[in-house]
Order: sequence, then structure tokens, then C-alpha cells
Amino acid sequence: MKVYDIELHSNLMLGTAQYPSLAHLTGAIRASGCAVVTVSLRRETADGTGAGFWDMLRQTGARVLPNTAGCHSVQEAVTTARMAREVFETDWIKLEVIGHADSLQPDVFGLVEAAGILAADGFQVFPYTTDDLVVGEKLLAAGCEVLMPWGAPIGSGQGLRNPDALRTMRAHFAGVPLIVDAGLGRPSDAAAAMELGMDGVLLNSAVANAGDPVAMARAMALAVQAGRAGFLADPMERRDMAVPSTPVLGLAELM
Amino acid sequence: MITIAGAGLAGLTCALELARRGGAVRVFERGSCIGAQSVSRFAGGMLAPWCEAETADAQVTRLGGRAAQWWARITPVSRSGTLVVAPPRDRAELTRFARRTTAHRALDAAGIAALEPALAGRFERGLFFADEAHLDPRRALADLAQAAQACGVEITLGTPAPPRVDLDCTGIAADLAQLRPVRGEMAILHCPDIAIGRTLRLLHPRLPLYLVPRGAGRYMIGATMIESSSTRAPTLRSLCEMLGAAFALHPAFGEASVIETGAGLRAAFPDHLPRLQRIGDRLALNGLYRHGFLLAPAMAERVADHFLPETSNAHHGECKTA
Repeated sequence: MKVYDIELHSNLMLGTAQYPSLAHLTGAIRASGCAVVTVSLRRETADGTGAGFWDMLRQTGARVLPNTAGCHSVQEAVTTARMAREVFETDWIKLEVIGHADSLQPDVFGLVEAAGILAADGFQVFPYTTDDLVVGEKLLAAGCEVLMPWGAPIGSGQGLRNPDALRTMRAHFAGVPLIVDAGLGRPSDAAAAMELGMDGVLLNSAVANAGDPVAMARAMALAVQAGRAGFLADPMERRDMAVPSTPVLGLAELM
Repeated sequence: MITIAGAGLAGLTCALELARRGGAVRVFERGSCIGAQSVSRFAGGMLAPWCEAETADAQVTRLGGRAAQWWARITPVSRSGTLVVAPPRDRAELTRFARRTTAHRALDAAGIAALEPALAGRFERGLFFADEAHLDPRRALADLAQAAQACGVEITLGTPAPPRVDLDCTGIAADLAQLRPVRGEMAILHCPDIAIGRTLRLLHPRLPLYLVPRGAGRYMIGATMIESSSTRAPTLRSLCEMLGAAFALHPAFGEASVIETGAGLRAAFPDHLPRLQRIGDRLALNGLYRHGFLLAPAMAERVADHFLPETSNAHHGECKTA
């Protein structure tokens, strides 16, 4: 997968919150083989960097994609993004502008506005968005070169709630990297997303909240590989009737 | 003479354990009074080895199993168990919690009401960890210092430790490889309108909360876990989340006075387990994370085994110099 001219060796991205321990987190990163980890920045993180935490994250070799998790306004998201650029020394930003406290649904209007401001400021924006095509268009027009549609609400583990919409997105945004962000729960969800032709998936709760996060990270990596390989292999189409898979030619004629 | 840097929870627990085995112990504390510099003053004081297994390593449950018994010799310990509840919408959280822990029994609404009448009608299902306990961290630390002094431990306050000590128990102030701070924020409520007698845990995907009774209508609620070395006062966001969760536990908390808020830094190693390690010419006990009161006694026993292995039988007896 190539995003913003950077070739990534894995289609999997991992979030870094909610793990039982830092050792579980670094173990999961290594087991998943992911190329990118997202980290959320709160002001107290910037106050005192929690240096030990970042050092150990860096040692995993994964590229850091800071996010604006928990930001509910354009201003808050833009401020957080600028703070993250200072702290992590990267122009990458996963942009979240939350519009609804209960569903954590993106505020797509604020998202497009913030994306425009940040792209103009030299950021390379990874917007967390819905599966709405028009919003996707506007995000690209605002300067985004990648889209991160949801599978389901953040942390819900529901899997792909609207695979048809994602399929449509894939067809509509040919050539734009699409990464399913949020809502996946099980390896089959990750595989399903990849089978649709998505370029990648971003997981956090599904791994961190598993009883064995390191084993789940490994399972997810396998699922992502399987789903991607399946997509590239051009799967057969569904049929509404049975077709015998055993050849009928040459069968013995029984009297 | 065994010298210890730091009269916090770890330092004093080790001092007492060593003194009980007949060791002569001196503790240096840079703070001017016991506990002022210790992160344990913000602790919940839960002795909850089985609940902690939800996320903690199995060693935490094993090492913490006898903590309540250890502390009961020194300070009042309330052995009233832990009640775990979840809002109806988050019942799946309770199922997950039950699956990942042991030593609990399931309660229905009537069972919850029987244990905590104040919660009658509020929750339909819960888990009860009957063997768990809690203590008052500030009282416990003061009682611990007193018990140590009664056993002959010398505590030198307002004095940084000399360069050469035998045991370093300085928590996050120690500069140890891989040791990092995990910020925690808490609040103390005064709410005489409601009577809750045991530790409660409210499971929620976003706003998990524990509440520990401190007596006289006071309740400690906590605690956030943030990767940060900031010691500034709690943020509004964190307080909103904790106070909102308390309100969800029982609306009567809406009338509570918030009598204190605080933030501290837990010292943690990557695996969130404590380590007793040799650093040059000294031993260092650190990384108790959020399990200070739970794990300090077992770790102190290891420290004592290191310094005074021959007299390992003596520590079961009461201190004779008191």
C-alpha cells in the first residue's frame, strides 16, 4: 500500500490505546507486522511526553500516525494536529472530528473544513470519515490523498455494517487508498474488508480488548493477508443456483 | 544497618518486613512528612487481586492473594468484597469481566439489593468478589510508618538519601531503564445521602469507574490511566468522565460535594509487573504500577529474603520490640 508517496510493507495499522500493558502493546505491534501505529495526543501528553512510552513505541520500528481522537470541533482538531506535529515530528495526521458523543460519528462538515485547513498548512491528512461518497469527494478536493471510511462506530466491534457502501466507494474512488477505520471486531471482519478491495484496515479495540492481544494481532495480520490475496485472486461471483463441482462427462452409464 | 531510599509505600513495607526479621533499618525520605511525596496518597486502596485479573498478569492475583491479611495486622482493612455492576446496555462487559476473572459469583437484582440496599432496582446483574478488601491508603501509610518505627526502624524525614543505600524505593523519581509514569486522576466525594459499604466497580466501555468507601460518607472515585508524566491537577475532561460515571452509578451522587481531586504518577515497567533488580551496588524495588497496596507485602518479603535469608522463620512472629 502506498500513501502520500510512502510505500508501506503492511496493509494493517494498529491503534495504541487500551492495551492491558505496554508489553502487550509492543508485542501486538510486532506480532501484527503492522507498518503504522496511531497514537492519540492529549494535552497532558504534550505537557509531559511520557518519554518512556514513546521510546518503546519507536523501538518497534512502526511509523507513527498521530490522531486527533476525541476532538469535537474544527479548532480543537487543528490545534491538536499542530501540537502532534511538534511532538512527533511528522506531517501525517489522522483527522477525527467527532460529531456525536454517543456514536462517535464523524462530523463530516467539520472534517472537510479541518482537512482543508491542515492540508493548506502542509499536513498529510488521513481523514476518519463515513462511507458517504460526496463527503469523500469533498475530502479529496480539500487535499486528502487517502480516505478512512468507518466499518461501524468506533470501538463497537460490529464489523462491516454496510459492505455495499464500501463496495461502491471502492468502485468510485479507484486509485485512492481506502483504509477501513473503526468498528471491526474479528479477523473475519478484517478479511471481509480486504476482500472488498480496501487497501488496508486500522484496528485498535479489536486487538487491545481481546483476551490475548498479541495472539489476536497475529490472527488479524493473517486475516488481512488472506483477504487481500483473495481480492487479488479475483473471487468467483455469487450464483443463485447450485452448479456441480464434479465433472459429469465420462460417468459410467448404469443400466 | 540496611539503608532504604524513600519512605513511600514500597520503602516502608520493606523496612517493616526487614525489621520484623530482626534487621536494623534506616529509611531516608526527602519529603518532610510521611506520605506527602508518595503516589499512594491518590490510590484507591483496593485489595482486589481477582478483579485485577481482568487485565493484569496472573502473577498479580497470585502475589496479591495474601495482601489483605498482611495489612490487617497494621491498619483497619474492610473485608466486604467487591461488587461489579454494569448498566443494562453494557451487559456484555459483565460477561467479559466474568470470563476473565475467578473467585466471583453472579448476582441478580435481589442479590445486589441484599448486599447494597442503596443500589436496589438500579442494576439487574452483577458479580460479587467476596474475598476482596479495601483500606484507607493515607491511614494505612501512617499506620505502616508507625508499625515500622515501633519495630525499631529509623525514618529520617526531610533528608535525601546518601549516594550509597542498600535499597532504592523512590518510585518514579528513580531513573531506571524502561520505567515510565502512568498518570492517574482521582476525586474524593462527600455524599452522606447514600450508604455504600464496599468497593464498587462500574463496567462501561468508555467510562469505567471504581468507587471505594472511605467512611463517614466519603467515597474515593478513580482513576484515569494516561501515558503522561504531567503532574498538573486533573483535567476537566477526566473529571467529567469520572463524575458522570459516579452519577450513573447512583443519581444521589449528584448532590455530593467534591472535596478533593488529585493526580499522581504510577511507576510502571512495560509488563506492568513490579521488579526487584540489582542496579550497581544497590537493590531497587519499583514498578508497582496500580498495585501498590496489593503487591508491596509480597515484594517486601522477597526483599527481606534477599537481605536476611537465614531468619526466614522469624517473620511469622509479631515484632518483639514494640
